Amino acid sequence: MSPTVRRQNPIPVPARLVSGVTVSIPPSTTGSQPLTMAAADGPADGAAGGPRPVIEVAGLAKRYGEVEAVRGIDLTVRAGETFGFLGPNGAGKTTTIKILCTLANATSGSARVAGFDTATQRDAVRRNIGLVFQDTTLDGYLTAEQNLRFHAELYGVPKAAVLPRMRQVLDMVGLWDRKDSLVSTFSGGMQRRLEIARGLLHAPHVLFLDEPTVGLDPQTRSSIWAYINELKGREDITIFLTTHYMDEAEHCDRIAIIDHGQIVAIDTPEALKASIGKDRVQIQTADDQAAIAALAGTFGLDAAVHEGAVTFSVASGEQFVPRLFTELGIPIRSVSVSRPSLDDVFMSYTGKTIRDAEASGTDAMRQMAARFRGRR
Amino acid sequence: MIMVTDTAAPATESAIVESIRVAVPEHGLQHDLRAISIVWRRELIRFRTDRLRAVTALVQPILFLFILGTGLSSLARGSMPGNVDFKTFIYPGVLAMSVLFTAIFSAGSIVWDREFGFLREILVAPVSRASIVIGKCLGGATIATFQGIIFLALAGFAHVPYNPVLLLTLVGELLLLSFTLTAFGVMMAARITQFQAFMALTQMLVMPLFFLSGALYPLSGLPGWLTILTRIDPLTYVVGPMRHAVFSHLSLPTGAQHVLAPGLTWAGWAVPVWLSLGIVAVMGLAMMSIAIEQFRKTE
Ligand SMILES: Nc1ncnc2c1ncn2[C@@H]1O[C@H](COP(=O)(O)OP(=O)(O)O)[C@@H](O)[C@H]1O
Ligand SMILES: [Mg+2]
Repeated sequence: MSPTVRRQNPIPVPARLVSGVTVSIPPSTTGSQPLTMAAADGPADGAAGGPRPVIEVAGLAKRYGEVEAVRGIDLTVRAGETFGFLGPNGAGKTTTIKILCTLANATSGSARVAGFDTATQRDAVRRNIGLVFQDTTLDGYLTAEQNLRFHAELYGVPKAAVLPRMRQVLDMVGLWDRKDSLVSTFSGGMQRRLEIARGLLHAPHVLFLDEPTVGLDPQTRSSIWAYINELKGREDITIFLTTHYMDEAEHCDRIAIIDHGQIVAIDTPEALKASIGKDRVQIQTADDQAAIAALAGTFGLDAAVHEGAVTFSVASGEQFVPRLFTELGIPIRSVSVSRPSLDDVFMSYTGKTIRDAEASGTDAMRQMAARFRGRR
Repeated sequence: MIMVTDTAAPATESAIVESIRVAVPEHGLQHDLRAISIVWRRELIRFRTDRLRAVTALVQPILFLFILGTGLSSLARGSMPGNVDFKTFIYPGVLAMSVLFTAIFSAGSIVWDREFGFLREILVAPVSRASIVIGKCLGGATIATFQGIIFLALAGFAHVPYNPVLLLTLVGELLLLSFTLTAFGVMMAARITQFQAFMALTQMLVMPLFFLSGALYPLSGLPGWLTILTRIDPLTYVVGPMRHAVFSHLSLPTGAQHVLAPGLTWAGWAVPVWLSLGIVAVMGLAMMSIAIEQFRKTE
């Protein structure tokens, strides 16, 4: 694929369409495209000379009365990155997105998106972002096409580009043939796909996805991820997403773990896992209590029974296993060694496991309301 | 930077389906007009697809005109000056009522949109809050006027003539009234977050507005306290001109018109029709400006 390059001063770009029709779209009148994407830049670890950051957040805090939803976070997202915000319900993910999207004012701190200040240059920020919220923001009384048209008009998408672009984004999420159906007849997964299509309609530089897969069945979740991954390859776009599903964070180039409104760790998923430095070893023995005592006595390891097996963490698990057999002195029936998962990462930074099973009360209620509405 | 695809999107396909470049324009009058127009059009689409709403909105005015009107006309027969049917007398006021609920509920859909999320889609768009509010007010005004026109079709049953000049005058006055009512509703909707609360509040306000507007009785010869209350009610300033329009197209003895449509007075001074309607227009614009200001605020 050919990486797309955005110019500093855009000239009229004849866009090549799927159908082969060429439409010339006038350049943005902003005169300053704040983003530069150079074809050769790799994710150069924030070093100078890398692409300009697309999202810059410094000391951001938000207080709702007594509740400190966000307590001073700092982060930088580079152009083209897929950045994940990982944290349990109530961690402050949505609040952060709302501030970045100009929907809420920060209590303190600052944020810049696509080079513009989210507090003082709202319109410029809004022109450059696309949004998919946690709760549906579609109009169920309109058809899919009417929803997209509404969006195109509000964003001032050049008239000649509306139809081809609409076709392109709807094709991408496989909804072109359903464009004339009322949105209220769509399943949850289809609505989410339509929202992603709509968020992309005006070709934003940054796409925000707030829990794009929450409340969807596993199959639909993976199809949503297929779209997002395809999107990364096709569009010249930076993605900022939140999730409380560990496995989804693996799709991100970098993730920040947020807990109680604070970022506790920020890095690539691999680096975060490596930072734990230890593998998880689980053994089945004839006498678990004796094994735990022996592990403590012989190796100085802290072990406990988890999932019906004696479990402990140790550096370089594979190399440790032979010693275990010879020195433990208790018969071992089976052994398994696993690399740390993001669950372990989360556990090690926050001291608890992420509770993704139960949606919080308010989330469940919102989903019920959305379902109720979908049925009307 | 080079972007890496995780999926099996073939390189050739990516090359063919090159992204269509779209540059979102900076603020301009044209962009604002497009935004106003689409917000307005959405109101119309909703009105067209929601036939049930149009039908239910007719129930109340029909009850007033045909049940209350017929019942009271037998009581009032003989005592009405110029032998005017009581239904004819209350028709302008009930016509005004026919747009009341439609206009205010159209504004109330903002609260609904807030609860169900669509308002966020609107508020995060790079478009001035003014164009959103203006589009909404014009949309509500338009569909409420349609609603009024449906009721206007029944004018013959109240012995109101289908005179083109009269009909046009009434439609114009309905449009103005609908606009101001929608602006009032939007102003309220900007602050209220629950649809239930909005409904309760408007129910509480709408009936007093209607009863105090002189829709059901002449505005002269009332006790002092009621005279003052009727003069405070904005609806009075539309119902008066509408009744004036209807009665000037009936062939009545002058005495009858004086009693039944005496015209609006402030402490004995006759308020001209243009001023009456001007007051309504200014109120509508003022409330719309307040609504715009309120939508500029962020959480
Ligand atoms: N509008 C609001 N008013 C009061 N409290 C809020 C509001 N929005 C969020 N909160 C609180 O802020 C905290 C963070 O919420 P949120 O950002 O929605 O978390 P997340 O998206 O990570 O689940 C929660 O404790 C929530 O109750
Ligand atoms: Mg959230």
